[in-house]
Amino acid sequence: MIDFSYTAWILLLPIFLFIVIGLLGNRFKPIVSGIVGTSGLFIIWLLSLVTAYKYFFVLEKAADGSFLKFMAFNMRWLNLTDKLHIDMGVLLDPISVMMLIVITTVSLMVHLYSIGYMHGEKGFSRFFALLSLFSFSMLGLVVATNIFQMYVFWELVGVSSYLLIGFYYTKDSAVAASKKAFIVTRFADLGFLIGILMLSYVTGTFDFITLTGPDSPALTSGQGVWFLGLSTMTWSMIFVFMGGAGKSAMFPLHIWLPDAMEGPTPVSALIHAATMVVAGVYLVARLFPIYVFSAPVALDIVMWVGAFSSIFAAIIACTQYDIKRVLAYSTISQIGLMMFGLGVSGYGGHEGLGYMASMFHLFTHAFFKALLFLGAGAIIHAVHSNYMNDMGGLHKNLPITHATFLIACLAIAGVPPLAGFFSKDEILAAGSERSLLLYWVEMIVSGLTAFYMFRLYFSIFWGKKQEYHQTPHEAPKTMTIPLMILALGALLAGLIPFSNFVTSDRLPFVSHLDMGIAIPAVLVGLTGIVVAAFFYLKETDIPDKVFKALGSFSQAAFHKFYIDELYLFITKKIIFNYISRPVAWFDRHIVDGAMNGLAYITNETSDRIKKLQSGQLQQYALVFISGALLLVLLFVYLWTS
Amino acid sequence: MSILTLFIIIPLLTIVGILFCKTDMQVKWVSVAGMGLQFINAIALILLFLAERRAGNIAEVLFVQDNLWYETLNIHFHVGVDGVSVAMIGLTSLVVFAGIFASWEIKDLHREFFTFLILLSSGVFGFFISLDLFTMFLFYELAVIPMYLLIGIWGSGPRHYSAMKLTLMLMGGSALIMLGLIGIYLNSAPNGGPLTWDIIKISKETLPMDMQRFLFPLLFVGFGVLGAMFPFHTWSPDGHASAPTAVSMLHAGVLMKLGGYGCYRVAVFLLPQAAHQVGWIFLILATIGVIYGAFGALWQKDLKYINAYSSVSHCGLVLFAILMFNQTAMNGAIMQMISHGIMTALFFALIGMIYGRTHTRYINEMGGLMKVMPFLSVAYVIAGLASLGLPGFSGFVAEMTIFVGAFQNADIFHRVVTIIAASSIVVTAVYILRVVGILLLGKIRNDEYEQLTDAKWYDKISVVSLILGITIIGVAPLWLSDMITGGLGPIVQKLLAAAPMMP
Repeated sequence: MIDFSYTAWILLLPIFLFIVIGLLGNRFKPIVSGIVGTSGLFIIWLLSLVTAYKYFFVLEKAADGSFLKFMAFNMRWLNLTDKLHIDMGVLLDPISVMMLIVITTVSLMVHLYSIGYMHGEKGFSRFFALLSLFSFSMLGLVVATNIFQMYVFWELVGVSSYLLIGFYYTKDSAVAASKKAFIVTRFADLGFLIGILMLSYVTGTFDFITLTGPDSPALTSGQGVWFLGLSTMTWSMIFVFMGGAGKSAMFPLHIWLPDAMEGPTPVSALIHAATMVVAGVYLVARLFPIYVFSAPVALDIVMWVGAFSSIFAAIIACTQYDIKRVLAYSTISQIGLMMFGLGVSGYGGHEGLGYMASMFHLFTHAFFKALLFLGAGAIIHAVHSNYMNDMGGLHKNLPITHATFLIACLAIAGVPPLAGFFSKDEILAAGSERSLLLYWVEMIVSGLTAFYMFRLYFSIFWGKKQEYHQTPHEAPKTMTIPLMILALGALLAGLIPFSNFVTSDRLPFVSHLDMGIAIPAVLVGLTGIVVAAFFYLKETDIPDKVFKALGSFSQAAFHKFYIDELYLFITKKIIFNYISRPVAWFDRHIVDGAMNGLAYITNETSDRIKKLQSGQLQQYALVFISGALLLVLLFVYLWTS
Repeated sequence: MSILTLFIIIPLLTIVGILFCKTDMQVKWVSVAGMGLQFINAIALILLFLAERRAGNIAEVLFVQDNLWYETLNIHFHVGVDGVSVAMIGLTSLVVFAGIFASWEIKDLHREFFTFLILLSSGVFGFFISLDLFTMFLFYELAVIPMYLLIGIWGSGPRHYSAMKLTLMLMGGSALIMLGLIGIYLNSAPNGGPLTWDIIKISKETLPMDMQRFLFPLLFVGFGVLGAMFPFHTWSPDGHASAPTAVSMLHAGVLMKLGGYGCYRVAVFLLPQAAHQVGWIFLILATIGVIYGAFGALWQKDLKYINAYSSVSHCGLVLFAILMFNQTAMNGAIMQMISHGIMTALFFALIGMIYGRTHTRYINEMGGLMKVMPFLSVAYVIAGLASLGLPGFSGFVAEMTIFVGAFQNADIFHRVVTIIAASSIVVTAVYILRVVGILLLGKIRNDEYEQLTDAKWYDKISVVSLILGITIIGVAPLWLSDMITGGLGPIVQKLLAAAPMMP
């Protein structure tokens, strides 16, 4: 057995970088922070690559040929009850090793890119410190050995995201967006926490290996009907999924993600496209055996939520003009697809096709979506605007960005042989075996995806010629090199025989391309592209006409189906005005009023009584004689009757 | 002489030292020296305690000293500590140490101010080490009374009203406590023998049930007033708002813990049967306090009011956890006291420093402070994140321990209150981020603020020491949690024995 305990450094290095850059970053020139952060991440990336190589190719497999799932490192962090304790450690299995690669690769690219993109910004070293904090949190999340460790890092990625969205802290919209992101995900995390509490109460453990193993206590305990006809285990998994849905911006908890685009673009690429937002998918995948065997109803909910989110977000994406928001809705849609893949999957071998496909899509999506965001960053950098109306005809000015952006668009549209084609095809194949309705829904999503991506592409790089204040020019090398590397990933990642590495039961199986699904999927995608070309390649009035023809539906989609307004109504009107305000009033006037009233009565009483102590002898004599008389009268009355 | 007695002697010597000082600067430095020594003493105590435990000393309390004080009533000066009291002493010494630096810029009457402040702290230390109910009560009063003068003289705003309100309400609590303690004393030997005030001895007996039912509410409410139990918390917002910085720090950070500690050490420990019978009433009140305080904080505009309501919420969680009657939850309760103590002291220190610069505490009048005072602002963000229970800070450890512990009670009543209390983490996030957003981020709303200065060295010492406190506990909580658990054994066994048979 190879010693993997060095993987602890994958966690320790980034937090060390955070502390060093955070405390000392201001003492040196800003660029020093950038270089230290990037080279530190390079080492972490190398460590991850070595780990992946050793794990997949060198390490011997279990007796049945499956990949091992083991703790490379584990230490006690906190004792709770006699059974429950929180550990911190590193769990290695195919999905965590895959995530190590995804996170470190994208993070490294984003670090490199940010040196150019953030050049001259105030808070340059703060930015790199926070990137390190995020990398630490995200890596800790994926290698968690137990669900509570995952929760710990889950909260930490939340706060890194909060701090990075609000990076431009003097901008009110950024502050509001960061607050919204944190609070919405925090609300979802409450569900996650309750889910963990329920799960640990019935199973008596937090440990992933125990929970998802063949003798898992989750298979036997908590199966009785508990509430609304569902078992405790099902409810706990639904609550856990609530946390995942919040972090992964699934409907109806998606509202924070589009606003989160207020953060610097590299942050959007790293956190809000490739890594943190897929944490929810990863969470479901991590607990997958429990979902399949003990909580199938919860898995159905995953499927429905995923499918609905994917079509819902895809429709909205077609109507937005801010290029980063289009990409944000696209991310929601693609993550919905991954959730859908998990939701339709079974366990083991070909049954687990959906699981494999979902992880595969997570992997490929990370490359092309990060590429799209970084490309968008380069464009915004060049034209100083987020709106596609302000762009057009940029293909000559930004040749490298143009080429890489096109590759990413083709990849996400599912054009063979690029990355997105293979992974999306597998998800559709898995879906077709489960539900024909949802299969067609996802087919429509594919078409819409191709359409809105190429709407974006044509509007930016072709379409009408724009007059720019300054001629836009290509970004510096530190920005274009990451673009090219990621483009390479988007081109080739699909060719990896993924089912040899990552499967639901860790046993490799052979998956074939199903032509019956691949051909229609490609055709739908190409249709989307052609329609987009028809609409946007040249400046026409067709889009406006179509928009008007669809009437209130397109208006509603443009306004994101008024979900934000609904939330605002609930939070501002109901919670703030009808709960918090009355509570404050009640406290001041009723609770405190009672106390003040008590004091007032005491004061008044003493005020009245104190007149008795006037010090005037005549008054005392009067009272004395009156009292004596009264007593005499009383006695007389008593005697006589 | 036990090391514990030093905790009373050092403050008294410091006060004597202050009396001999000639200048204000000397007063401050003598205070720093005294409280620094006290802090070192506390660390030494923690280390010695851990070493004793590791060496296998399993006595219920360590470092005992027992002198007869007043024979007629069998009153002793009896001190000793278990894991819980050691933790509380560590908290107190840290907060007092930071508090001295936070009052560096106090306006006038330095000598008197520091005398009262240190006198107050000696009361707190005495309370935590006492094993004799009478001396415990004595120290309790010693800690509460200087508060009146500190707020009434050095306070701001409607300080006379606040000081009076605070003192009267706490005195009301004291009256109940006194009745309760006398009741315990008179029933302390149900099987004959001399009456005693000794907590350890009483805890070995079972007091008559009808007495317990009568005494438990007296003691729980009496201590609960100081622990800001709903609906007896209203002294807290007014009191804190008027109090000078260091007094707020000490009051919220340490003095309010006397309430929680008293509920734990006296009410529940000595009267477990009654606790089981009527605890549910207080559990409901505590749960209301948790959520009510959070919603109350959401609406406030004065920084100190926000923090006072937040304290109601967090301290409500302490009582909530104590009333869960199991080891995990109680462990969480103690950790929550420590965590909240440091955190809220940090908050009040920062609020005092910000107020000292902007001369307002209304968040709407400020804004964009991050730009002019980055150190204080970053510290405020850290305090805020700790307060909303971010992992890596002590609040998370405490809250999670409480929730996991509370969840071990499987009946529907406990489940419901647990979920209600847990939902406060969302509301907390809302009011914290609201303040951070309005106060620190955004644009500077008042041009005069461009000239403001960031923290001075003494501010930094105060802030950094407190931040280190919450971070160390948050990153490596195991030693603290195990130390506290060690002290919980007797109470947990008593509660188990007292638990009504489950049908």
